[in-house]
Amino acid sequence: MAEGIRINEDRIYEYLEKGKRFDERALNDLREIVIETGFSKNAEGSARVKIGKTEVIVGIKIATATPYPDNPKDGNLMVTAELTPLSSSRFESGPPKINAIELGRVIDRGIRESKFIKTEDLCIKEGEKVWEVYIDIYSLNDDGNLMDAAGIGAIAALMNARLPKYDLENDKMISGELSDTHLPLAKELPLSITVYKIGKHLLADPNREEEDVCRSRVTIAGYGDRIFSMQKGGGETFSVEEMKKAIELSIKVREKVFSSIKKYL
Amino acid sequence: MSEEFKRPDGRKVKETRKIVAKVGIIPNADGSAMFAFGDTIAIAAVYGPRKFHPQHQQNPEKGTLRCEYNMLSFSVSDRIRPGGNRRSAEISKITEWALEPVLMLDKYPNAVVDVYINIIQANASTRCAGINAAAMALAHAGIPMKGMVSSVSIGKLDKQIVVDVSKAEEDWEEGEGPTDIPMSFTSDGKMTHIQLDGKITQKQLEEAIDTAKEACAKIYDIQKNALKEVVNEK
Repeated sequence: MAEGIRINEDRIYEYLEKGKRFDERALNDLREIVIETGFSKNAEGSARVKIGKTEVIVGIKIATATPYPDNPKDGNLMVTAELTPLSSSRFESGPPKINAIELGRVIDRGIRESKFIKTEDLCIKEGEKVWEVYIDIYSLNDDGNLMDAAGIGAIAALMNARLPKYDLENDKMISGELSDTHLPLAKELPLSITVYKIGKHLLADPNREEEDVCRSRVTIAGYGDRIFSMQKGGGETFSVEEMKKAIELSIKVREKVFSSIKKYL
Repeated sequence: MSEEFKRPDGRKVKETRKIVAKVGIIPNADGSAMFAFGDTIAIAAVYGPRKFHPQHQQNPEKGTLRCEYNMLSFSVSDRIRPGGNRRSAEISKITEWALEPVLMLDKYPNAVVDVYINIIQANASTRCAGINAAAMALAHAGIPMKGMVSSVSIGKLDKQIVVDVSKAEEDWEEGEGPTDIPMSFTSDGKMTHIQLDGKITQKQLEEAIDTAKEACAKIYDIQKNALKEVVNEK
């Protein structure tokens, strides 16, 4: 946010003032979304999501693990995100920095709080063994709005995933072989949608150039009029009215995204 | 429902826990403060503006705010491994974003203002207590500010909106369960921070935002009074 080259900042504002964007989209229009699921042979589930030129891949790995002591009957969920140096000249190698950590955590909470994964159905033996689901997100090309691409990718990959085979006799998982059982998922898809604030304008799905002049955003995960998680990012304020508008807008955009991606899922 | 709603500690729905705010608790620091919501106690110390090392991270346009949120290992019942984790990294960033809008850091190009927040004891709403303490510490350090920042967590317990969520409420099990919505406002009522975990309708979320704004106005008065006290002492 608000980094990189802002040479077109004034012009972007001028356009927004007239309700326009460089690529002729309306403020709440998204770029075309393309999803490909199941591209990986070794992952339990996978998805590749493009929003315009922004692209992420998401892999699901599933293994057995010990449950957390405070949830002995629930499967575990872990979401990590990596902003790879291959996807943008501004990302560097090394341990995850705050933007990658935040991305993973925001997507994690949207999925966790919505109870999209029925973790109670991932219990193998209470207090001893459960399925652990890892959602790993990698950026392939950053042309803005990685946040929403990651959210869509996580959902698509989860829907694509199947549990590994399980050897009941020896009570252990058979590594590398998939069963026909899909992950236990809820019907409602909790999509995370980010509303970006540029000056006094609220817009959806910025490209890199637009995101670079954006100083504040709010990511909202929900389904219907239910909201499950929210996070504001960036060091600029929202007035209460703006926040309420952003919530409204996220719900509208979410419906749009949903109708454009359902053919892939 | 609202008036008869029973909170675990007997508070009214819009009542915060007992707030204690004190400025100037760490003599070495350029500014410092403590803020407590009941058993949740946060302290914050400000060092700077000072020279930003390494030099390549300096911003010639304006000074940099750097916050570090840290829970002491014994601040919760299960010991936390000392050092940062992903949660604390995120809260540190959220805290920077919550405070930045009121700071006039353009007066300090190339410099850094460090804010260290330690949670001494945790009973939920730690990030809000931390932000409140940090805002006071920044004012105490004499950093030019356009206003204060005040922070509070709004909860939805089953269907009821409550102010200042405690640990017992965070783990609410009845009905729709808990929804936790920490928010921060500037003293002129603009939002600098919101997070949400749980399940809430658009309408109730709007109610929660309005409730938080009211609560933050009261917290602002407490912060202001604490700052006045320390001025009078000098």
